[in-house]
Amino acid sequence: MTEHMVVIGAGEAGARAAMALRENGFAGTITLIGDEHHLPYERPPLSKAVLTGAEEPAPPHILDEARLAARGVSLLHGTAAIAIDRAGHRVALAGSDAVPYDRLLIATGARARRLAVPGTGPETVHYLRSFPEALALRRRLVPGHRLIVIGGGFIGLELAAAARARGADATVIEMAPRLLGRAVPQEFAALLAARHEAEGVRLVLGATIDRIETTAEAHSVVLGSGEIITGDTIVAGIGALPETALAEAAGLAIDNGIAVDASLATDDPDIFAAGDCCSFPHPLYDGRRIRLEAWRNAQDQGNAVAKAMLGGREPYEAVPWFWSDQYDLTLQIAGLSYLATATVTRDLGDGARLDFHLADDGRLVSASALGPNGRIARDVRLAEMLIARRARPPAADLADPATKLKSLMV
Amino acid sequence: MPTAIATRWIEACAADEIDEEDVIRFDEGDRTFAIYRSPDDTYFATDGLCTHEKVHLADGLVMDNIIECPKHNGRFDYTTGKAKGAPVCVDLKTYPVRVEGGKVLIGLD
Repeated sequence: MTEHMVVIGAGEAGARAAMALRENGFAGTITLIGDEHHLPYERPPLSKAVLTGAEEPAPPHILDEARLAARGVSLLHGTAAIAIDRAGHRVALAGSDAVPYDRLLIATGARARRLAVPGTGPETVHYLRSFPEALALRRRLVPGHRLIVIGGGFIGLELAAAARARGADATVIEMAPRLLGRAVPQEFAALLAARHEAEGVRLVLGATIDRIETTAEAHSVVLGSGEIITGDTIVAGIGALPETALAEAAGLAIDNGIAVDASLATDDPDIFAAGDCCSFPHPLYDGRRIRLEAWRNAQDQGNAVAKAMLGGREPYEAVPWFWSDQYDLTLQIAGLSYLATATVTRDLGDGARLDFHLADDGRLVSASALGPNGRIARDVRLAEMLIARRARPPAADLADPATKLKSLMV
Repeated sequence: MPTAIATRWIEACAADEIDEEDVIRFDEGDRTFAIYRSPDDTYFATDGLCTHEKVHLADGLVMDNIIECPKHNGRFDYTTGKAKGAPVCVDLKTYPVRVEGGKVLIGLD
């Protein structure tokens, strides 16, 4: 009999799952364990409104004490889970008694990848993953402050945009020859690069980093080319690594994250994983094993895994969805481009555009759009629904702004 | 006698300005509203901004009785204002609507 549900990790996926267990009728105990001291909070605003908002921000909470109490969820915050005893069905905690579980969810998320060059250390290179880190960066971003961002991905570019919004200088150093890596169409990366330069951000692309140098007055990044970029604060946004240590120590299968099956169960039928920490086979993409670092996925998997923990066996097949806000522009991406071999572009007006990415057989597998949020969001949402239905819309209809995407939904 | 609450009816738009199963934005003074036409051709009105991050709902997608926020896909039943789950947990305020002479009127308190 299932009486005790335990969730390790009180981020988006873990918090959502804890609530969803109750919403799906579970009557036993639900324990949510988080090592941060705050109540569960949303991370996307950390690189956006928390940095730029006019007022000193509070953590953007997902839940408050009243809602936790209403759902009968026990939150152990500021508590680190240190080991999973699979045979004894218990989670060992730092500084308090072990918690027994019948079903366990691991939703430990991801941590910022650390820059590994000489001269790095806690006083020289900053990261942005938690609310306290965001608050510390916010306090530094004042007019005239010189921010150096290492990494031209979503976090790095949002940081650069936030720095400019607060009147600070920003330089972005990227190792690849272009911004945003392969997940974003090259044309969009170029449009965003142009916008950042127009806003006064210096972009240094195709750079290698030799070392970090620190003096009493400043921090410098020494590039492989010999160029020295000097500033006041260095932040590295060079990706994230799944938090798999607990799962690994417990002997669970790991494959670019905690490996789960289509219904988010690990190779131990009583242990599940969800969110940034897990990799799962995606039915829309030929069952390819993927790992997503995305807010929506964390939420959707939180909801889905609760059902799985209660015995459901439905495969998780939500369309991956990502967004980034930079200045007044939003980039939204629905789906993954693995199977894409052709692109059709739709002009959404006001400089906004939507690219549809099609597989060989004409199936819509992904869509990406850049522009003011109000211009792009509805069409990306409809594209997402077409992707979920494995639709093969005629390319001419996709390209024609006069054809309503809703009309292609059959 | 029930207490009469003074309702001020104002014209928001022409009825045919909104497609079926769609929404438009209507601003009055410093207030903003979303006006909906449901698939069964009934009109509704709510506050214009999502209760999660204050985004204009009129840029979102209407499906049946649901409006989905264009920013983070928070969902509301626009006929009742009810929030339909994470990330939104605060309901939307709704307003009475009448259609007269091809115009959509909303009642403000």
